[in-house]
Amino acid sequence: MKLTNRSVVVSKKELTWSEKLYLPAITQGLGITISHFFKKKATVQYPEVEKPRTEIWRGRHVLKRDEEGRENCTACGLCAVACPAEAITMEAAERMKGEEHLYREEKYAATYEINMLRCIFCGLCEEACPKDAIYLTDRLVSPEYDRQDFIYGKNKLVEKIDDRIDIVPRKK
Amino acid sequence: MEWLPIIDKSVLILIIFLISLGIAAYSTYAERKVAAFLQDRIGPNRAGPFGLLQPIADGVKMFMKEEIIPSAADKFLFMLGPCIFMMTALMTSAVIPWGKPLDIGGYQMNLQVADINIGVLYIVATASVGVYGIMLGGWASNNKFSLLGAVRASSQMISYELAMGLSIIGVLLISNSLSLSDIVKGQEGFHWNIIYQPLGFLIFLICAFAECNRAPFDLAECETELVGGYHTEYSSMKLGMFLFAEYVNMFISSALIVCLFFGGYNFPGIDNLDLPQNVASIISVVIFFAKTFFFIFFFMWIRWTIPRFRYDQLMKLGWQILLPLSIFNVVATAAWLTFVK
Repeated sequence: MKLTNRSVVVSKKELTWSEKLYLPAITQGLGITISHFFKKKATVQYPEVEKPRTEIWRGRHVLKRDEEGRENCTACGLCAVACPAEAITMEAAERMKGEEHLYREEKYAATYEINMLRCIFCGLCEEACPKDAIYLTDRLVSPEYDRQDFIYGKNKLVEKIDDRIDIVPRKK
Repeated sequence: MEWLPIIDKSVLILIIFLISLGIAAYSTYAERKVAAFLQDRIGPNRAGPFGLLQPIADGVKMFMKEEIIPSAADKFLFMLGPCIFMMTALMTSAVIPWGKPLDIGGYQMNLQVADINIGVLYIVATASVGVYGIMLGGWASNNKFSLLGAVRASSQMISYELAMGLSIIGVLLISNSLSLSDIVKGQEGFHWNIIYQPLGFLIFLICAFAECNRAPFDLAECETELVGGYHTEYSSMKLGMFLFAEYVNMFISSALIVCLFFGGYNFPGIDNLDLPQNVASIISVVIFFAKTFFFIFFFMWIRWTIPRFRYDQLMKLGWQILLPLSIFNVVATAAWLTFVK
């Protein structure tokens, strides 16, 4: 059975005299390497140039707010249950009087942490979320010196009121 | 007036010393750039424009590293190893004619430090002393991996020196002289020795690769097989000296190949232009360095093309193929000179 059309039959015939000189083969090899000298380079100069990413790229998460700026998350825990890498932890709290402009429903997440080193960016949390609260975005997780800094809390995850993050392509 | 030659030679020695070191330093940069380009990468480009300050950054790094001498090592020989290697590498440049004489106010400044009549012999002899640097370094480290690396390196260099010496004899027979300046003068116009000695050139080129411990003959320090070869125990600038001396060797070998086989500073048609002496002299130096740089590039080009030899293949190539071929080359050249010419 032929598994691939790239397979080559290996021949073990003796080398001829001219092949044993190796010089023609070496010249050929030099030709191949020098042709690469003038080829387009594959390097992307990362900090200055970023590789284009698709619109539905699954990158760093965001916790969304609604139109009035209230947090959508109700700390139901479905994302944590769905998470195959067990990267998400949260603690729930009850909304007090006077906090209606902060949280959409009576329950909210007092702490919400995602360990970016555990996360595999599969997007199951976003599928599990019944409140449209968590989304993956096209942003990258930035490098850190300390492992602790990769545990993102609410301060990094919740979008800023005056700096909303566009997740329209992922909502389709 | 008798002070003039001394000043002249001192200035020349200083310039050649600085040029050799400068070219060796920038060879490390060029090596990384060429390697990158041949592998579809860009190479160092962060330190300075196009990464041109990279050799300086590397040098500073080498100096800042901790200096370690193993407690069981023979301290004197341990220090002597890199010194000898570096010294012999630099000494070889003394007999290379870099260009036509300059005319400074009536004084003829010969662009060659020592025009001795045994120039080729001097180079072969100095290059052989370089083996002591490697051998002493490896042995004095008191480490079995260093010793193995040193034994590999020295047996390789000794094996290839034979074929190298014999391949030069063909050139010597044609030019009738051991002096490098005479050999270069004999190749005026397009009478380059490569035309008369293609086989000799090929053998010399292969042996030059082996003498410089360059790929495909870099068995002395093959990272994938030995820990680090003869310089396993070396650190800081002593390691730097070993690595640096290899690039000096590469530069001198390229210059030697140009002198022996590619007409040195000669270029066809340059004598017909009737240029003033000093202009012709500077142009000849430029031509010489252009040819030399091509061969330095060729060294790097080969390195990223051909995989490393196995040790038995290396010895077989040296003793069973190159040595008989070079003897055949000597006999054939001698017969041609006696019976045909």
